Amino acid sequence: MLKTPRRLAKKVEGLSDRAVAWLFIAPTMALLLAINIFPLFWAIGLSFTNYRANRPNEAIANVGLRNYERILTDPDIWIAMQTTANFVFWTIALQTVIGFGLAFLIDRKFRGHAFWTTIILVPMMLSPAVVGNFWRFLYQPQIGLFNYIVSFFTGIPPSSFEMLGSVQLAPWAIIIVDTWMWTPYVMLICLAGLRSIPDYIYEAAEVDRASPWRQFWSITLPMALPFIMLAVLFRGIENFKMFDMVNLLTGGGPGSTTEVASITLKREAFEKWRTGYSSAFAIILFVAVFGLANIYVKALNRVKQR
Amino acid sequence: MSLTTAHSVIEPTRTSKRIAGAIVVAYALISMVPLFWIFATSFKTPPDSISYPPKVIFQPSLEGYCNLFTTRTRQTREYVDALGPATTLCDEITRRRNMVIAGPSNYWPRFINSLVIAFGSTFLAVSLGTLAAYGFSRFKVPLADDLLFFILSTRMMPPIAVAIPIYLMYRELGLSDSALGMILLYTAVNVSLAVWLLKGFIDEIPREYEEAAMIDGYTRLRAFWKVVLPQATTGIAATAIFCLIFAWNEYAFAVILTSGSAQTSPPFIPTIIGEGGLDWPAVASGTTIFLVPILVFTILLRKQLLRGITFGAVRK
Repeated sequence: MLKTPRRLAKKVEGLSDRAVAWLFIAPTMALLLAINIFPLFWAIGLSFTNYRANRPNEAIANVGLRNYERILTDPDIWIAMQTTANFVFWTIALQTVIGFGLAFLIDRKFRGHAFWTTIILVPMMLSPAVVGNFWRFLYQPQIGLFNYIVSFFTGIPPSSFEMLGSVQLAPWAIIIVDTWMWTPYVMLICLAGLRSIPDYIYEAAEVDRASPWRQFWSITLPMALPFIMLAVLFRGIENFKMFDMVNLLTGGGPGSTTEVASITLKREAFEKWRTGYSSAFAIILFVAVFGLANIYVKALNRVKQR
Repeated sequence: MSLTTAHSVIEPTRTSKRIAGAIVVAYALISMVPLFWIFATSFKTPPDSISYPPKVIFQPSLEGYCNLFTTRTRQTREYVDALGPATTLCDEITRRRNMVIAGPSNYWPRFINSLVIAFGSTFLAVSLGTLAAYGFSRFKVPLADDLLFFILSTRMMPPIAVAIPIYLMYRELGLSDSALGMILLYTAVNVSLAVWLLKGFIDEIPREYEEAAMIDGYTRLRAFWKVVLPQATTGIAATAIFCLIFAWNEYAFAVILTSGSAQTSPPFIPTIIGEGGLDWPAVASGTTIFLVPILVFTILLRKQLLRGITFGAVRK
């Protein structure tokens, strides 16, 4: 084994707290600067050019703010943003309602609730890409299990509808998989919220003869609300960046009905190779996420202070 | 939903518990159906996997697993019959379909890439994260809140947006499609989670422990090594598992930045294709093998899950 020379060891060990603090934090900062910040500035630089990554030898022209101008006036981009917003809205709505409902029921503490909670949590730990890929099989019109079950309960012939191939159904196909996968996430945070409500508040309400209905609306829901908000914000950010599941389930199709922002970005950047243009779009998305992240961290701190 | 029996100190009534339990169990079972179906399909033959109505009871077969690990070529019946006796089970199964095994598939190399990249990046992220978390937890760092916010915000960036400059940078540095490049990238993404989670865990270790050690003549670094680290083992282990799961599951960066020698399993599994369309039992086998480690980790981690998914904000 290698031994540190004694004098050096003494020097290192005797470091002041201030030096230790910087020594400990610097490597992380250096890594983030190299892998996150430096590329970010590179992207900002590229966003003012017409650079194409597949033609690295071509002359690069400075186009000023043209890329930004074109993105903000491009109807296709706005359609993609609209698609993303729809996706975010419906997944969050469903996941919050179902997730809170489940948490509320689990909080009844029936026998075996811990075991079943763990079972429910499984889908959210899995790889959205790998599991999303398998959902393509479940959604097969004739042979897929999903179509079979729907037809079993409704009598609609299983080959009469294509979840992934139809313009009306494809967005819902993705929303269903996302909801299946992430409802447990919302449920888990809501459960923490419900469990954070001290019993004495309910005792007081009981003494005041508040009805269970009243207790729900004036104690349970308001006190769990910061937690629900936390879950909503986090899911909002995650689904705003949604890429893997959509890429595998529909690839943005049919046509561009499920083309969320990340899919548009991938098509522009890595299929059409409009690097400058897509960098500008990436920066716009950064700014949007950064704004959301700001709100998110504030919400986190509020929850923490409780 | 039984809103009428809202939470109260008076124990929920027996009936309300039963109804709640029944709904939750029903949800849990329904949500397990897709996973059950992956597992079941992995043991079907290709014809069984696409039969209508879907088969719940079937003769189990290892054909999916054989197909997953091999590449095969179609031959004439005469050619197959003229071969010597089959040496392995997979040989036999393949020959029944008038095919012979041509060689191993790419599944294992991709799986091993996933292991190397996940463990490598986890090790780095947790090491860096532990140091930084200790720094933020114990010392007055100027602008600490801003730095912590900056660290967290790096994880919120849309991966495809980050991938554009990283793609160009790696091309210049010769890190395209390399395990090292992926390890560095995943380390950068995971270090933010590691710092936030570990800061929470280290905050919970009383300062008095180190202070007592330092009064006994330990230097700050020795106190960190001998007193704080042993106390933080559970937190470090939980953080490591979260980092591992992220790196294991990650798809967006992997699909853009790797194509061949450093490709991981998530972009590879969707490309498993058999003759005449997708070979679903092989896809299901690949998926099953890929998911099993995560299932084990989820069970190990169940007490820490909440903390992990909220970056340490919610502790209980």
